[in-house]
Amino acid sequence: MAATAAPQTITLAKGLNQGLRAAMEADPKVIVMGEDVGRLGGVFRVTDGLQKDFGERRVFDTPLGESGIIGTAVGLAVRGYRPVCEIQFDAFVFPAFDQIVSQLAKMHYRSQGRLRMPVVVRIPHGGGIGAVEHHSESPESYFAHTPGLKVLACANPVDAYWMIQQAIACDDPVIFFEPKRRYWDKAPLDLATAPPPLFSSRVLRTGTTATVVAYGPMVRTVLDAATVAEQDGQTLEVIDLRTLSPLDLAPVFDSVRRTGRLICVSEAPGEVSLSSEVAARVSQECFYSLEAPVLRVTGFDTPYPPAKCEEDYVPDLDRVLDAVDRALAY
Amino acid sequence: MSTRTPPSSCSSSAARSAIGGPVVGTAMDVEGQHTPQQVIAGLRATSEGEDLVQLLNPEGQRVSHPRFDLEISPAELRSLYRDMVLVRRSDREAKALQRQGELGLWAPLLGQEAAQIGAGRAMAPQDMAFPSYREHGIAWCRGVDPTELFGIFRGIDQGSWDPLSTGLQLYTIVIANQCLHATGYAMGQRLDGRIGDAETGEATICFFGDGATSQGDVHEGFVWAAVYDAPVVFFCQNNQWAISASLDRQTRVPLYQRARGYGFPGIRVDGNDVLATLAATRWALRECRTGNGPVLIEACTYRMDAHTTSDDPTRYQLATELEEWKLKDPLERVRVHLVREGLAEPEFFDGLAAEADELALRLRDYCISMPAPGPERIFSKVYAESSPLLDAAREDYLAYHASFTDAGSAPGSAH
Repeated sequence: MAATAAPQTITLAKGLNQGLRAAMEADPKVIVMGEDVGRLGGVFRVTDGLQKDFGERRVFDTPLGESGIIGTAVGLAVRGYRPVCEIQFDAFVFPAFDQIVSQLAKMHYRSQGRLRMPVVVRIPHGGGIGAVEHHSESPESYFAHTPGLKVLACANPVDAYWMIQQAIACDDPVIFFEPKRRYWDKAPLDLATAPPPLFSSRVLRTGTTATVVAYGPMVRTVLDAATVAEQDGQTLEVIDLRTLSPLDLAPVFDSVRRTGRLICVSEAPGEVSLSSEVAARVSQECFYSLEAPVLRVTGFDTPYPPAKCEEDYVPDLDRVLDAVDRALAY
Repeated sequence: MSTRTPPSSCSSSAARSAIGGPVVGTAMDVEGQHTPQQVIAGLRATSEGEDLVQLLNPEGQRVSHPRFDLEISPAELRSLYRDMVLVRRSDREAKALQRQGELGLWAPLLGQEAAQIGAGRAMAPQDMAFPSYREHGIAWCRGVDPTELFGIFRGIDQGSWDPLSTGLQLYTIVIANQCLHATGYAMGQRLDGRIGDAETGEATICFFGDGATSQGDVHEGFVWAAVYDAPVVFFCQNNQWAISASLDRQTRVPLYQRARGYGFPGIRVDGNDVLATLAATRWALRECRTGNGPVLIEACTYRMDAHTTSDDPTRYQLATELEEWKLKDPLERVRVHLVREGLAEPEFFDGLAAEADELALRLRDYCISMPAPGPERIFSKVYAESSPLLDAAREDYLAYHASFTDAGSAPGSAH
């Protein structure tokens, strides 16, 4: 039994790979499809070796068309399969937006439960890798805004391993965001430790100075900021949202009631974003506990800039700490 | 600027002069340039031409075809005619119900009965159909009662039939989305090893219109189906109009010829000839069952009514065009054939008329007594697994709603 094995250090990409492998072993209806996922193993090698081990029937390269990937996955789901689709880069999802929003998200509702859509759409998101245009975006708000979808963002190798399996087991369509510049982050994976429920946020670090909420690639940034803040005698409570739809904000409310201050951090542009939604809900639930307005630290409301500007565009620990200072100034 | 020629230029003589000429023939690639009139004439040469599969001409005479001949008994022929009459009658009743305010909208099928009854009757029970939103004849063939279609257009539901056991997926309103679903489903049939046998094998059929062929999802559906040898019949009902856009807004080549570019066969059938659509679809489904899919069928027909009841075709369609197509009516040619060949007695037609009246009455009664869903329906089955936020929103709203009910004046109670 794997549970007795010693913890093994894995990268986030490897965690996803092993999670996919476990899901495919557990259920023969799980299939992996997308551009370059087979022979190449994906441009980030997340599906490396799967075609070799599970065959071309279950892991197949598709023609180059994102609407085709999602649209045929909908049909395969009607047929009883559980497709795991890879969208190669964040902004490549838009040709599939129609199929995701109009069909994948609404089929269960339209059919009043007669058709289930257990489809996972994996999307690497975020910047920080020096890429050309359309390879660094954070489109998660579009999907979190769409009823019928569930939206996840994993932030570390252990979550990657478990969350991808839980997402595949979920009977609803899941948009699964992977923090592309954290693919090579490492952590020990202890299979003896059971994962938390899928649609739950997690307190990663406790503190009393302020609550900082983040998801996906910003989680590590915020944890780094908390480490630095500690040297100044500030303790930040860090919460990883993990689930963007449905949001699990009970731990956030609980935290804000203790700290009185909240900073929401995301790479995506801030206007009408997940950070906006968290701010709105916290102001509603924690109004009398707040010592300062909820502050947001986000990407700017511009298109994603040329890569040489991304160090300024993507929030870093200094911008997080600056927001903490501003919150404390109230 | 547009080089479009008005439909009036597509007189029969203009159309005939181009048939088999450079427009529809392979010589087009060599010749290159054609006048707009030639292009349109080629596109709309829908009742004649060497490539058109026809087994029963508009005059009600059986004609033979070297590839798609059909043995059909008088009883089968009467049965096809019955289906078309009853489907047309439900369609007319639905339109009347819309005009009387009982349906919010209706998408008429008038004129397309032969295309749909032929294709629908070609299907085997194990086949799956992916419709657009005008496939009332296909629904009829799959045993989905017209009242279930009314639910959609009365705003009661979004498709209430079981899309798996009926073999008819729900209506798809976004143009062409279903072409990818059909292809994916057919890929699943192949993955499941359900093709190979001409009788017991499975196939999928996807319905869409001429307008849909401009959508990317049709292109991607064709590509995917070809690459994965998917057992899917793409059944295009070319009814000549995409709301107000005539066919020359969608294409320069006859639609069936596009299949060649994707590497699978394309067939053009007289879509107003129920025998031709039946024969061609049977052949195409059989090809798919035995692993030779996909296949494209272009059924040339005509939308004899508006796009929907909200549309006003007098703004773009010439009355003379409609009059021309009335001469090619899909029902009339079968009736004439049955009478002329002595294949049906007057009692058959009388009995059918009475059956149609009864059906219309039943549909009307059912339609006007359909119960409207309550506000809880808003929140119903958004997810397969519950969402706590949505559960809370439902409880909040139902409590709010009940607060009015308690006072005796429920909001939205006047349905």
